[in-house]
Parts: sequence; C-alpha cells; structure tokens
Amino acid sequence: MGAALVRAVDGVSITIRAGEFVALLGPSGSGKSSLLNLIAGLDRPTSGEVVVMGSDLAALPRENLAKYRLHTVGMVFQSFNLIPKMTVLENVELPLRFAEIDRNQRVARARQALERVGLGQRLNHRPMELSGGEQQRVSLARALINNPTLLLADEPTGNLDSRTGSEIMDLICGFNNSLGMTIVMVTHEQALAQKYASRMIHLADGKLVDDLPNHPAARMDAQWKGSQ
Amino acid sequence: MEGIAMKLYDATELALRNLRESLFRNSLTTIGISVGVASLVAMLSLGIGLQQLASRRLQKAGLFNTIVVTSRRDGGFRDQREEASSPAENVPLDEPARQKIAKLSGVAEAYADVRFTTDVLFNGSSHLTAVAGVPFSAKGSDAFDGMQGAFFSSDSAPEVILQKSFAAELLGKNPRLETNENVADLAHPLLQKDVTIRYAERVAAPSNTGEGSGYSVVSRQQTLKIVGVTDADPESIRGPGRARVFLPLKLAQTLHVMQASDLRDTALSGPPTYPSLSVRVNDPSTVPAVEDAIKKMGFSAFSIADATRNMQQFFAVLDLFLGIFGSLALAVASIGIVNTLVMAILERRREIGIMKAIGASDADVRGLFFAEAGAMGALGGIVGVTLGWIIGHIINFGTNIYLERRHLAPAQIWYVPLWLVISAIAFSIIVSLLAGLYPAARAARLDPVQALRYE
Ligand SMILES: Nc1ncnc2c1ncn2[C@@H]1O[C@H](COP(=O)(O)OP(=O)(O)OP(=O)(O)O)[C@@H](O)[C@H]1O
Ligand SMILES: [Mg+2]
Repeated sequence: MGAALVRAVDGVSITIRAGEFVALLGPSGSGKSSLLNLIAGLDRPTSGEVVVMGSDLAALPRENLAKYRLHTVGMVFQSFNLIPKMTVLENVELPLRFAEIDRNQRVARARQALERVGLGQRLNHRPMELSGGEQQRVSLARALINNPTLLLADEPTGNLDSRTGSEIMDLICGFNNSLGMTIVMVTHEQALAQKYASRMIHLADGKLVDDLPNHPAARMDAQWKGSQ
Repeated sequence: MEGIAMKLYDATELALRNLRESLFRNSLTTIGISVGVASLVAMLSLGIGLQQLASRRLQKAGLFNTIVVTSRRDGGFRDQREEASSPAENVPLDEPARQKIAKLSGVAEAYADVRFTTDVLFNGSSHLTAVAGVPFSAKGSDAFDGMQGAFFSSDSAPEVILQKSFAAELLGKNPRLETNENVADLAHPLLQKDVTIRYAERVAAPSNTGEGSGYSVVSRQQTLKIVGVTDADPESIRGPGRARVFLPLKLAQTLHVMQASDLRDTALSGPPTYPSLSVRVNDPSTVPAVEDAIKKMGFSAFSIADATRNMQQFFAVLDLFLGIFGSLALAVASIGIVNTLVMAILERRREIGIMKAIGASDADVRGLFFAEAGAMGALGGIVGVTLGWIIGHIINFGTNIYLERRHLAPAQIWYVPLWLVISAIAFSIIVSLLAGLYPAARAARLDPVQALRYE
C-alpha cells in the first residue's frame, strides 16, 4: 500500500490576534479540521511552526502540549464528543479532574458552567438522553470549564437544525463579546460565517486562498444567554 | 505528584466505573486472577502447614530451648566441625563446669541428666526401659502438654510419669501397633497404681588408700506411684536411647543409681563427672549463641535447632516449588489482564481521544489503565485469598476424614498466616500492574486525532 503523501495543510501562514472571531471556510477535504487540530495541539505539523502566545506548539513536549490543551484551549466538535457513560455533570467536570481540582470545587464549577449555557437542570442525565442542541451546550460548558483563552469549534452546528444552530452560535458569539475569548470556528456555511465572524479564512486543497475581514451582522444584536 | 497526573483517587474512581461498564468481561478476568491467587495461597499454605506440623511435634516437646551438653571424650554428638574449631584437651563435665554453664547469659538452668536403664515391675511382670529425671521446672512447660493425670507433686516425691508407649506395654498391649490409642484410655487403669523399680545404688565406701573415690554397689528397690501418662515425647531429642519413664530429678539424684560414666571415672580415678547436662535457655533464639559458648568451653553441645536445620532446608525448597507452581496460574491470569485491557483500549479509543482533546496527559491515560489493572489485581487478590482459604479448609477437612478412618489423630496440614494473606494480595496487585504496563503505555501513546476520527 504505497500511501501517497497528503498535504492536508500546506503553506498556510496566518496570524490570529486575541479576541478575534475567525471562521475557517472551504470545501470538504480542504484541510480545515487539520488546521484546527494543529492550533489545538492535537496534531503536530511535519514542518513549520504553530506559535500560540509565544510558544511553538510544534516544539513543545507531549506533556506540555497536554497542559496547553487543558488550560489554554477549549474544543467543541460537530459530533459533540461527550462520553456516553458519564452524566452531564461528570462530562463537564472531567477536564477539572485532569487539572487536579478537588471534587467539591469541581462540582461547583461544573454547575456554574452548565448554568451559563442554560442547562442547569439536566445535571444527572446521560448525554444520549439530551437533544443535539443540548448535547452541544454540554460540550460548550466542558470547553469553558478551565476558562480557556482560545475556543476552537469544528462545525459546531453541523449536526443541528438552523434554529438550535443559531442558539449555539449566539452562545459562542457571547463568549467572544463579553469574555474576549478568541474563537476559531470551522464551518462550510458561508452565511453563518458572515453573520458571526470578524474574519473569514478560505482554504482549498490545504492552501490559503482568501483572508477577508468581515463585519458580522449578528455582532450588534448577539444575545449572550448567560450570566447577565 | 502535582501536575504529573490526575489524583490517584480520581483515577481509581474512573477505573472502577470503567470496570463496571464491561462487568462480564472484567469479572471473568478478575476470576482468572482469583484462581491464580487461590492456587498460590493453597500451595504455599500447604507447605507452611506441613512445616508447622513437623516442627510442632518438636516444639511441643519443649525442646527448642534445650541444649544437651556432653563431654568431648564421650564422643556423643560431636562432629568434625567442632572438633577442628575448639581446644583439643578434654574438659571434664563436672560440677564446676555445670555451674559455669549455668552462669552463661541467657541460660535459665543447667542440670545433670540422670538416666539409667532399669527393670520396672508392674503386676508381677518386669519391663526393661530407660528412666530419666525431669526437673521440676518442666512443670507447666509444653513438654507435658496433653498429659493425663498430674505433674509430680514435688521435686522428690516418689512418683513417675509414663510415656504413652510404655503405658501400653505395662497394660500388655503391643506399643508399636497401638501408639495411636487414646492417652486417656491408657491412663485410666494405671493412674495412682504403684510400680517398683529395681536398680543398682552406688554407695561410697571408705577408701583404704585415702584417695580416689571407691564405692560399692548395692541392689535396691523403690516403689513409685504413677501420677501421669504423657502423649508427648519430651525425650525425642535423645534419639533411640530415649527414656519412657520419668522421675522427679531430685528423687532420681538421691537414688545414686550407678550410671555408665561411673565406671570410667573409677578407671581414671578422677573426680565424679556427669554423662550429660541439660541446659535450658530463656529464649529459643539464643540457643545457637549459648551452644557456641558451651562448645568454646570444650564440650559437645547439641540442640534441636541443629536437627531441624536440614528439615528447614527441605521445606524452603518445597515452598519454593509450591510457590512456583502456584504462581504459574497467576502468570496465566495476568495474560488475561493484558488481553482485557488491550480490548478495552480498542473499545474506548474514542473516549481516550476525547479525554486527550480536553486536556488529559499521557500520564493521566496511563494512570487510568494502571488503576484498572491494579483494581482487578486487588479484587482478584482478595477473592483469591478467600477462595484459597476455602480450598485449604476443604483439603484439610478431607485429610482429617481420611486420617480418622485410619484411626490417626487429626492434623492441621494447612495453615494461612497473615503475612501470606497480605503478600498474596500485594503480589496479585504487582503482577496485575506489570500486566497493565503494556496496555497502559499503548493507550497513552494513542494519537488523539486518529482516535477521534474512529467510529
Ligand atoms: N491521517 C491522515 N492520513 C491521510 N490523509 C489525511 C489524514 N488526515 C487528513 N487527511 C486528509 O487531509 C485532507 C484534509 O482533511 P480535513 O479533515 O482537514 O478536511 P476538512 O476540510 O476538515 O473536511 P470536512 O469539511 O469534510 O471536515 C483530506 O483530504 C483528508 O483526507
Ligand atoms: Mg473537518
């Protein structure tokens, strides 16, 4: 099986500033997820560097990379990626276990995060008992639990209908607005990007084809259904 | 541990959860470990039990704290080693020597053995046997454990205690065939009855020359009351020449029975010497030291510790073999752990990917699998020890039924000491952790991107 070398992300050079809301756009297989995984420290580039807040992820030891994922990054996926055998609360507090936080504090913080995404009542349910939108809220709560500076979302609305999708997008946008969290979101919906993102990066065949600033329509009326 | 991995408690909690998740498979694996531990425990406890059975007979005789001292020239128990390492001259085993030995540190008492061969008359028939004096200090010691009747009323009372086989002989039974008869049955017709011993008394005679120790020999009889019949054999240390009739030591000494050494003393015309001394130490662990000190004084010394050295070696080897065979089952079971955990990795690939994506380090994932292996080991260890204990009881029970059928005394051939319980569980955990080494490392190195893509 002579596996041909695939350049999933090839020669992409971008700089993302703190507080930006970046949408990664492009057709299927263009390398959006691959780029996101590089930023997330889940993958390493074969060459080149990924510098986040001054440190090159490509050169970071595995252990430090795990620390980076734990404390600096929050991730949300298209398929939610919750652990089915754990309750909602346990799923959300799981990162705190890796951060060695005490149980009492863990539960308090997990409750708080769930309330922020409007799910304070479903703590002891299993993910499978929730709707898609609710599951995505749980995974958002989990992503926020360690107060990351960077929220990475890979087609967060891909498995949701448009109404629940916008609810999720409003939440994400709210984090960007009120917490100043940097957002990088993969999507192939041009309309969604235009509505929420402050910058749109287009990829094709692993290469950067377009990098445009955007004035999001939703920015003015984004409602953050959180603590306020 | 700060920052290296999640807390042990958390890892254990998650591990137990995961174990419950595939309960059936993990139970089978744990049962495998239990069987391994059970076989190890059963094997080793059998070895330990047999060893105890063997040494208990000696221990019961109260001989682990006794040293028998003889003069070198008697040749009694000496061997080449001590011959080479000690003074060549012959030191007489006389009263000053006895006092010196009695003053050695750790020595409780040192007394001259009185033993002679005599005819014992009972119901008109005579029985030839060896007779020994027993110090009053033996009262209440293990040596006369399980004795029927009572110990001597005083150190010079005209009383005897009979060894079981001799009691059988007095009753006209064949002592060889009926040694397994109940002591109580033997004692019943004998207690409080009189026996008469016939012996030769050594009477000091006025010497014509004024030097040496001349004496004459007078034939005497002494009537003694049977006060006890003992099952134990307190003389077993002395080998084939052991006594089967016991007198109070003081009484035995006042009889002045002519002993073998008297003849030689006459021949050498030296001061009177003792054929042998019994030395009792306070603490059995000091036996070797006291024995050495006595040998340095120029005497031969012998203790049961010497006699059991070979036995202990034998049991060490036996335990080793039993342990190896017992461990084999555990080794096989540990392969089950590897298999189960590798399967768990395949099943939980996605979960591992998720955990890594949200910040789990390699060490966290490794710890989780380690905790699962350890938990299975601990659980398997506990269940296994219990299982082994039950198996041992069944074996013991069966053996005792067999012994009873053959009219033999029941025996505890099987024994589980606390250290075996603890070390078996510890061993089980260690083996399980070793088995978890490879799966844990494999889970830790899992590539999160690929794991997340996996459906
Ligand atoms: N481990 C891998 N081995 C081989 N090819 C890979 C691997 N990972 C990604 N690719 C390839 O790299 C390219 C980019 O994949 P990527 O998942 O980043 O695309 P994407 O833009 O996220 O697509 P989609 O919109 O369908 O999610 C694809 O052609 C994919 O087949
Ligand atoms: Mg993708």
